[in-house]
Amino acid sequence: MQVLSKINKQSSIFTSLVSVFLGLLVGGVMMILAGYNPIQAYIALFQSAFLQPFDIGETIRTITPLILTGLAVGLAFRTGLFNIGVEGQFIIGQLAAVIVALKLDLPPVIHAIVAVIAGALGGALWAFLPGYLKAKRGVHEVITTIMLNFIALYLSNLTVREWLTDGADKTKEIPESASLHWNMLSQLFDSSRVHFGIFIAIVAAFFMYYLLWKTTTGYQLRAVGYNPHASEYAGMNVSRNIVLSMMISGVFAGLAGASELLGTAGYQAIQASYTGIGFDGIAVSLLGGNSPLGIVLSASLFGILTYGGSNMEYVAAVPREVIRVVFAAIIFFVAANIVRWVAQRRKKKVIDKGGEGK
Amino acid sequence: MINSLTDILATTILYMTPLLLTAMGGLFSERSGVVNIGLEGLMTIGAFTAVITTLETHNPWLGLIAAMIAGMLFSIPHAVASITFKADQVVSGVAINFLALGVAVYLVKALYEGAGQTPDVQEVLRKMPIPGLEKIPVIGPALFDVFPTTYLAFIIVFIGYFVLYRTPFGMRLRAVGEHPQAAETMGVNVYRMRYTGVIISGALAGLGGASLSIAIGSQFSESTIAGQGFIALAALIFGKWHPFGALGASAFFGFAVALALKGQLIGLTNYVPSEALSMLPYILTILALAGFVGRAEAPAAIGKPFETGGR
Repeated sequence: MQVLSKINKQSSIFTSLVSVFLGLLVGGVMMILAGYNPIQAYIALFQSAFLQPFDIGETIRTITPLILTGLAVGLAFRTGLFNIGVEGQFIIGQLAAVIVALKLDLPPVIHAIVAVIAGALGGALWAFLPGYLKAKRGVHEVITTIMLNFIALYLSNLTVREWLTDGADKTKEIPESASLHWNMLSQLFDSSRVHFGIFIAIVAAFFMYYLLWKTTTGYQLRAVGYNPHASEYAGMNVSRNIVLSMMISGVFAGLAGASELLGTAGYQAIQASYTGIGFDGIAVSLLGGNSPLGIVLSASLFGILTYGGSNMEYVAAVPREVIRVVFAAIIFFVAANIVRWVAQRRKKKVIDKGGEGK
Repeated sequence: MINSLTDILATTILYMTPLLLTAMGGLFSERSGVVNIGLEGLMTIGAFTAVITTLETHNPWLGLIAAMIAGMLFSIPHAVASITFKADQVVSGVAINFLALGVAVYLVKALYEGAGQTPDVQEVLRKMPIPGLEKIPVIGPALFDVFPTTYLAFIIVFIGYFVLYRTPFGMRLRAVGEHPQAAETMGVNVYRMRYTGVIISGALAGLGGASLSIAIGSQFSESTIAGQGFIALAALIFGKWHPFGALGASAFFGFAVALALKGQLIGLTNYVPSEALSMLPYILTILALAGFVGRAEAPAAIGKPFETGGR
């Protein structure tokens, strides 16, 4: 917990920018090692994310769930919790949304709203358990959430195969009444798959800002993150805040799952492994310094890298996985806080020298 | 009935091997006080390196050694970040997972013209029957006609136990994970012990990955490891951070996998869906942590960066 609260304090825009630069550098070295031209590849990457209106729309679509999963991880971080379970809460969000979309018969718009709410509740429910176990039994949330990710994956597969279909690999398409697809928006970007979810994501970011910095509840959540003992001493209910933080985090993750399902995919399939969008949220949140604005900006960067990276594979023939390496390097540099470390070393040297001078 | 019993037992042994090797790796890291969420990534890089090396040298034993070295190399960034830079160890482990999968799949595509998987390895490790013992009914074929990596895994459990509990090195390693300040006062170099623990975990997880890619399987793709590293982590916790606990937990989790895979054979899937069997290890681990199935107590100083001279 102390380490996490340190993350909240240290991360500055400067650290983030240096980390991004170093991350891209590591990716460039990887490309040179395998005999590709990194400058060409990066130009192809950033160009193809914005080349046509269609690409801009697809880039926004890629950014949408990353904002939400980033917010999910970031909010939990603020309370000193590490929610690795965003991936699982995302899956439960998808599952709850597809169940409502397929099993209920509601008028347009209302159907979509109910499905989105179901996704959010599903995510919250899946996050409640690790929060509760942490608060009441002191079980570390990292391990429980990792386990719950797998349980979510199998639960979703089981539900799709046994209940939503007759042993098929994927459900049928959701009805239009439940879809987040918005023709006007899609047309604006040359019929790309950009959907209403982006507005949900932005509202969620504002909500996180308002909650954390403008309400008493938010103050408590942050206080528990900084120092649970002092918060307890000040009369705050630490257990309640831990559970609450996990559940709000789960709401964001569930919204990400619901919006991906109702906006992009349109069906739920049996999955052999994770989508990785939840894990990406960790990178997004760290780079964004766990603040809503930072998360929106870093989600945009990661979205551009992800979408541009897949095009880079076609244009410059560089495997898109190099982008995963860039992500990993960025996480390392932000987490290790290279900037602060270098600064401290230099400061120490100056002090040492000053001491000798006397 | 006897045949399917042997079959399930053999499958259990088969699938517990990578878990056991990796969990033993995790044991060394976590006992020294460094959380290792990166086991999944270390397995991935081991599996990848083993396949590439065997394809190039046509010698699976070199593949195993290369996998261990690769695992050690990839564990170093985790050690540097979490020990020297005092970064959050979970974050750093997550980064290792990103890094390893990214590097491995990237290199596969770069080496094999954009293919998602490597070609098949012809010279995979073969099963090594132990003459005589393999003839014992039921358990013979399951226990004494297995891959060399399985024998290796069992040997490592006993060596691991001996090293951790019967040697000065092991005492120091565990002391560093329980109370690093006290250990330092006694003259133990906390940083060096933790580096050693993490790097051993890299070697063993690399070996665990190799046991999946060049013994159980014969190639590497993005889905070769698919969560095995996390199950190994669960086995470590469910086994209460003890070598024999890890052995029992790996066997049990391997059994769950075997039931999920072979459940049809004995008619089990008529009553229980295979997904429910697949969930079992994870549910049990949560229950164990919550104290419903015996309390799992982590090393006291786990996850806490060490500052020399601190309190």
